[in-house]
Amino acid sequence: MKSSRLSLVASVMLLLSLVGTVATLRTLDGLRRDATLKEVLYIHSPKALKRMSLGYSGLVADLYWTRAVQYFGSRHIAQASDFHLLSPLLEITTALDPKLTVAYQFGSNFLAPAPPNGAGEPDKAVSLVEHGIQNNPDNWKLYYALGFIYYMDLKDYRKAGEAFQRGADVPKAHPFLRLLAAQMAQHAGEYRMSRMLWTATYETTTQEQIRRNAVDHLRALRVDEDVTQLEKLVATYRERTGRLPLTFGDLVRAGLIGGVPADPTGQPYKLMPDGRIEVRYPDTLLYITKGTPAGYMPPRPKADPADSGKK
Amino acid sequence: MNSRIAHVAFNTFREAVRDRVLYNLIAFAVLLSGAAILVGQISIDIERLVVVNLGLTAVTLFGVVIAIFIGIGLVSKEIEKRTLYTVLSRPVRRWEFVVGKFLGLTGTLLVNTFFMGVAVFLALWYVAHHLERGDLSITAALYFIVLQFLIVCALALLFSSFSSPLLSAVFTFALFVIGSLSEDLRGFAAATKGIAGAVASIVAYLVPNFSAMNVVNQVAHGETVAGQLILYNTLYALLYSTMAISGAVLIFQRRNLK
Repeated sequence: MKSSRLSLVASVMLLLSLVGTVATLRTLDGLRRDATLKEVLYIHSPKALKRMSLGYSGLVADLYWTRAVQYFGSRHIAQASDFHLLSPLLEITTALDPKLTVAYQFGSNFLAPAPPNGAGEPDKAVSLVEHGIQNNPDNWKLYYALGFIYYMDLKDYRKAGEAFQRGADVPKAHPFLRLLAAQMAQHAGEYRMSRMLWTATYETTTQEQIRRNAVDHLRALRVDEDVTQLEKLVATYRERTGRLPLTFGDLVRAGLIGGVPADPTGQPYKLMPDGRIEVRYPDTLLYITKGTPAGYMPPRPKADPADSGKK
Repeated sequence: MNSRIAHVAFNTFREAVRDRVLYNLIAFAVLLSGAAILVGQISIDIERLVVVNLGLTAVTLFGVVIAIFIGIGLVSKEIEKRTLYTVLSRPVRRWEFVVGKFLGLTGTLLVNTFFMGVAVFLALWYVAHHLERGDLSITAALYFIVLQFLIVCALALLFSSFSSPLLSAVFTFALFVIGSLSEDLRGFAAATKGIAGAVASIVAYLVPNFSAMNVVNQVAHGETVAGQLILYNTLYALLYSTMAISGAVLIFQRRNLK
């Protein structure tokens, strides 16, 4: 075979086999979805893993943390309700590197919220953060994370207050922790408290995705609060006149509101014939719990695990 | 098969045997029988697990070390001893030499793995006093290990076609380690955006994928290996080896041997 012809054949074979390997790999990945994660959990003893890491336990912890984020992200995008590998992955991560505070902060927030925003395991989230506090007692963010879970997911306001108070006593703690503890003791309203928590999250993070998430939650809180308030006013109008208002103009003329109310995106709310209040474009307002049409399904989360469930 | 390729392959195998490569089988047998006896005495109910885990891991590591250290010397040793000129002065083409060397080395590793596999089953029989139908999946794990050797041999040969033996060993071993974590790598690449994501994806698909061929834990826990996985892993290993060998042929064809 001539040299140039051989080179051509070898080059073609190289290219074809390259394309073939990529195609085969994609099929293999499809066949083995989650297989790596399941396999890594065959060894779920952090002690054994620590020994096997030959002293590089920090690096292995980083790897496990990344796997946990990926696992959560992929399940979240798929709007799955089963996150059973998340807790063991986080346990291993934090056992390998007890000082990896991001794993406690964000991991607890992956674990606590109900599916599909999280694993719906707030008790495990509390254990994880308590483990983090044991190992990092001077990190006020962990007390904040703990209080957040107690308040948002477990609705245990007394324990949330205690967590904020413990955090406030930590040297160099952010001043808002004391404020949160005080508000909690005064039994501030749910919207007000939630707004404070998300505002605190917005103000104390440097992560753009987390800020964006906090803004989304703050907007959602405003919508929930607006809808509640407006529906109360509609009820008031009905009591006064014996009929439901047809438009917001009726409420303005009755002196109940100053003008047509708008949601945080600037879109006017809709007054429905049955007196309910709805937002015009619910897909643009993530996390809202009120003001949506009957049977409304929220849009699928974005394909970025960091966008989800973070505080 | 082309008779010249067969001759080069057979001589490569004979040379490896003459270099006492198969002596590693003794070390392997000692390791495995020692572990089987020891673990049976100091632990409870994990004898089978240890024998399978340790046995298959040892088969992989012994084989990879052999593949790398023989593979990197396949070309350079022939040049150093000047035997390559004798071979190439006969009607043996360069590509036939490369393919023959590859087949000879994989043949050596196949024989080696066969004996090690027999040793694993003997050790298993010793600790469990019987063999089960489920133990057949160990054969699939051994087959996947052989597929890994195919790729490692091809890579070692590719690197040795243009680099020094030391660098070839480093490159091949590095790719073996990276390839063992390749599923993670592809996961990370998928989660990265922009140019970094594109570069990471290219790298992730270029490095060999050994993750899917590592079913040691799975078979140690008595799980079966899916037929589709066997099919696609076989296809992948053949394609990847073809790619690496084609690269080696291209480079070796142009190499100035004077």
